[in-house]
Amino acid sequence: MAAFTVARSSSRLISGLRTSFGGLARVKHGVVAATASQVSLQQQCRRYAVGQLSVKERIDKKRQEALLGGGQPRIDAQHKKGKLTARERIELLLDPESFVEYDMFVEHRCSDFGMEQDRNKFPGDSVVTGQGRINGRLVYVFSQDFTVFGGSLSGAHAQKICKVMDQAMMVGAPVIGLNDSGGARIQEGVESLAGYADIFLRNVLASGVVPQISMIMGPCAGGAVYSPALTDFTFMVKDTSYLFITGPDVVKSVTNEDVTQEELGGAKTHTAVSGVAHYAFENDVDALLNLRDFFNFLPLSNQDAAPVMESHDPSDRLVPAMDTIVPSETTKAYDMLDIIHAIVDEKNFFEIMPSYAKNIVVGFARMDGRTVGIVGNQPKVASGCLDINSSVKGARFVRFCDAFNIPIITFVDVPGFLPGTAQEYGGIIRHGAKLLYAFAEATVPKITIITRKAYGGAYDVMSSKHLRGDVNYAWPSAEVAVMGAKGAVQIIFRGKDSQVEAEAEYVEKFANPFPAAVRGFVDDIIEPSTTRKRICRDLEVLASKKQVNPWKKHANMPL
Amino acid sequence: MAAHISTLSLPRLLVAAKNASLHARWQGVAHSAVRYSTVPVPQEKTFDKILIANRGEIACRVMKTCRMMGIQTVAVHSDVDASAVHVKMADQAVCVGPAPTNQSYLNMDAIMEAVRSTGAQAVHPGYGFLSENKEFARRLAAEGVAFIGPDTHAIQAMGDKIESKLIAKAAQVNTIPGFDGVVETVEDAVRIALDIGYPVMIKASAGGGGKGMRIAWNEEETRDGFRFSTQEAASSFGDSRLLIEKFIDNPRHIEIQVLADKHGNALWLNERECSIQRRNQKVVEEAPSTFLDADTRRAMGEQAVQLAQAVQYSSAGTVEFLVDSHKNFYFLEMNTRLQVEHPITELITGLDLVQQMIRVAKGYPLLHKQEDIPINGWAIESRVYAEDPYKSFGLPSIGRLSQYQEPLNLSNVRVDSGISEGSDISIYYDPMISKLVTYGATRAEALSKMEDALDNYVIRGVTHNIPLLREIITHPRFISGDISTNFLPEVYPDGFNGHQLTAGGQRELLASAAALHVSAQLRAQTFLGTLRVSASSQERRRWDLCVELGGERHPVVVSRTGQTYTVEVGGESLVVSGEWDLASPLLPLKINNTPRMLQCLSRTASGDICLQYLGTSFKVRVLSPLAAELSSFMPEKVPEDTSSILRSPMPGSVVAVSVKPGDTVAEGQEICVIEAMKMQNSMTAAKTGKVKSVHCKAGETVGEGDLLVELE
Repeated sequence: MAAFTVARSSSRLISGLRTSFGGLARVKHGVVAATASQVSLQQQCRRYAVGQLSVKERIDKKRQEALLGGGQPRIDAQHKKGKLTARERIELLLDPESFVEYDMFVEHRCSDFGMEQDRNKFPGDSVVTGQGRINGRLVYVFSQDFTVFGGSLSGAHAQKICKVMDQAMMVGAPVIGLNDSGGARIQEGVESLAGYADIFLRNVLASGVVPQISMIMGPCAGGAVYSPALTDFTFMVKDTSYLFITGPDVVKSVTNEDVTQEELGGAKTHTAVSGVAHYAFENDVDALLNLRDFFNFLPLSNQDAAPVMESHDPSDRLVPAMDTIVPSETTKAYDMLDIIHAIVDEKNFFEIMPSYAKNIVVGFARMDGRTVGIVGNQPKVASGCLDINSSVKGARFVRFCDAFNIPIITFVDVPGFLPGTAQEYGGIIRHGAKLLYAFAEATVPKITIITRKAYGGAYDVMSSKHLRGDVNYAWPSAEVAVMGAKGAVQIIFRGKDSQVEAEAEYVEKFANPFPAAVRGFVDDIIEPSTTRKRICRDLEVLASKKQVNPWKKHANMPL
Repeated sequence: MAAHISTLSLPRLLVAAKNASLHARWQGVAHSAVRYSTVPVPQEKTFDKILIANRGEIACRVMKTCRMMGIQTVAVHSDVDASAVHVKMADQAVCVGPAPTNQSYLNMDAIMEAVRSTGAQAVHPGYGFLSENKEFARRLAAEGVAFIGPDTHAIQAMGDKIESKLIAKAAQVNTIPGFDGVVETVEDAVRIALDIGYPVMIKASAGGGGKGMRIAWNEEETRDGFRFSTQEAASSFGDSRLLIEKFIDNPRHIEIQVLADKHGNALWLNERECSIQRRNQKVVEEAPSTFLDADTRRAMGEQAVQLAQAVQYSSAGTVEFLVDSHKNFYFLEMNTRLQVEHPITELITGLDLVQQMIRVAKGYPLLHKQEDIPINGWAIESRVYAEDPYKSFGLPSIGRLSQYQEPLNLSNVRVDSGISEGSDISIYYDPMISKLVTYGATRAEALSKMEDALDNYVIRGVTHNIPLLREIITHPRFISGDISTNFLPEVYPDGFNGHQLTAGGQRELLASAAALHVSAQLRAQTFLGTLRVSASSQERRRWDLCVELGGERHPVVVSRTGQTYTVEVGGESLVVSGEWDLASPLLPLKINNTPRMLQCLSRTASGDICLQYLGTSFKVRVLSPLAAELSSFMPEKVPEDTSSILRSPMPGSVVAVSVKPGDTVAEGQEICVIEAMKMQNSMTAAKTGKVKSVHCKAGETVGEGDLLVELE
């Protein structure tokens, strides 16, 4: 390391000499062409030479430079776009004065295309890294600096990120990445690609060990997108963030499609259409303040229990409104979110992917202060059926909860899997299997409440007793059956008369919670108003649950 | 509690146990509110079973008295009301049809069938629906079922505004100059209006409750009014006949409660002042009136009794008068039913009107003499509606009551409601949430209690008119009694805009928000149990904050000792203390030792706090100075230009669309008509322009905010 430093400082000396030849090599900033002229500060730096300034003074100067990133004009440009700088973002995200910065003096090591020139070197390069606290709890952070070469990823940039990720893994604390980068540092070529791969590998190794959150706060294009894709949560900022493999220009040249950045990879696209992102925030400030709130739901690592906070909401609170929320007509919809909001602590529910596959609702809440993951079929959208998108959405969420010791509470009102060629051709069989797999594999406390329909295979899937549900409740309105009465009667009494009578008989027999209850497939039929109280009590008991799956290198889930 | 239960029979006890929560509600009412009493007369046998042909609060109100009198109750309900409060409260319930009222609550066949199948001996119709329907009363009489109200003759005589006016004249009751006949055509209307002289009032002959009523100041308005009133009258009452009379400017609406039996006895139970109205619908009522002296009161009461006797009236009824500034009073109409606002009369007289109606219906003579009727104290009623008061003093709003808590913890508060937490306020029925009634020895006491009650009333999930109610009852003009039916348009000529903060009020609001924010922040740092990686908590005692309110930023400094925060804001120091229960919707605070009940409507992680303060909700944002500074870099999101877009201001159904794409419309021109809660609302163009597209058609149902028409 020491040798490395010496070599670098000598190269700086040489490059210092080179600058006297004038601006021969003007370097483009990353893939995003930056047009603003070089910063005057960089020229001022030329004034010192080794020997005239003490090391202390040089340290201070470097620090000063590092704090300014790409310089004031670029900071102003960033602000003009409605974006904050890398450092402002960190300051807002972390507790005041808690940030401990690493690698402030790291510089890129590229010597081609004039990059070796002093004015093309920025202390810290295009990313700010370190650790700090959110509401007192430890977190590792990297924040890409768009003002330096458009936030492009150099070897040094990647190395800084890897350093904090490695330490986060050792310590057992989450990693939050604030992404704002034009992409690879083209001048560095394969070194930049190697850097991405180094990060990807760490994303994969850290997966399931510490929570990883990506907040996309600017462009994130090309190979770069795979780091957020590998993390647990990808959040975006509306109007200022983009995620795509190839931008609109390439799309035009390859497929002849006309599409804007926003349409191709904006927050709306990814939160509503592709399902790549988990939530979109209004702007940088809104995003970071909300991220602090979100962070409080998560344990620091897979070695920690779900956090418990002080709750002012009585755990034995009855919710009388639940007794009438399920409409008496079985075909009539209601809003599962009404149930969730009424039952969780203080109506505080952080919904994940609220605009995507809305027929399933997933998100975090607290019960008596303890973080829980909530999964619920949404009767209001497509009758709450399971389809490809909702299965994948649910599965990923369930697996996160299981990986990080977060109990799962499942509200079931599902008429079955969605039929049709689109679903079959799309592979509903293997995608549906993901949700089944995730629930079956999960060893965290699992509490299930059947509010109304639990039909067919979808009943099995939704955290049923058979998939090791710890406590399974049915509301009096529950109907656990292979299918609805009409369909069932058409099969059982095919071609016979008296279908109406048969239907009534079927309803009498199966459209109620008894068939499941007499077999012990539900543990109790409960008054809906007592649901909160029951769940809180069960969670207390299940807090010490220990369940281990058979040893394996890793499972082979249907991908 | 024990004493209360002991009075219940065994079957009722089971019902009570079944509906434990409901039961508790009524217990609450019984303890806190009863200034009137249902004194059962044991030797008087009335009915074994009564069917209540109504829904909502009035059905519950009637059942409550039935219970006290030991009478079984039968509820009728529509499909969507299957789990409504009145259904759960009743001993028996019968579904009489689907949601639309003409197929359920107005469905006489189904209700008659329900009477037969349950063996009810009498029917209480409540108000609205079939309460003033002579045909219904006739059919009940034909089957030997008692109608708890006047007989058909009186309903017919008084239900027809034209006939009632003639009868009133004959009974020497003061009446308003006008045309004593049915207005057949628009041209008739214009001619008659000219005869009487503008302004005139066009109203449905069969109507009541402000529906089908229009004021016209010129010929054009007469034509419009005739058209609207005809439609509204047809859809509300199935009778489109209209009449026209002189409109008395700046009048007070004061009505006399009468009570008569079948033996020719009639009493007047004093007056109710109902001048605070919007669109001819009452909002705040009080009894007695600040305006009447004993002589006027007696004169009005005596005329009311004369009228009742002239039609052999029996049961409870109301004679409405308009009173001008010289205390001249004119007969308006007689309502042959229990009025919405009857509770205030009950509170000052001590009589249970429902009980009296039941007794009279059975044929018992009145127990009281005129000199037994007192005015004890003062009662005020606020009609709490699911309405947006910022739009024309109240346009209907719908939704689910996600949280609902009545202020029954306060003494001298009576809440008549027919909903509970989780209930739906739908487009099918009246959007009234409840009648909030407070009582005091003096008017000032009752008013102060009303302030407290409104502040303690928790309603979430629907927009409600508490901001308007609280502003009315604290307005200097209202407090001094200087009111008329034009009160709202006069006091708020540009529409209602909520409570206007004083400098001191603003400081209190900012301080409360800042203290709430800090207390939430502190809790967010409190993790229970042992942590593997210890949390580093900073012991802060002082917070510099920036609170945004209405686009302005206010620097605020908060320091804390225990549950007490000292907040420096606007050059003053305020001490704010409270329990800081972050789960509770109510936020009882003490600000500089003055108790203040605030409500926290919402609180987000990004510092947005919505507080209800003095009735009105205010949005503030509490940020650290850093976040506030950085917020200034955040782009303003441009809201859509709404002048070229017409959205439905409320849920309802489209009655008519008067434009098509390509039409040119002038500013203020009618574009379409939306009917909600049986009120027709004309939607007009906000600017002159060409119609680009029409997104609705007649007969369609639209939701609030739905796009109706786009202009170019």
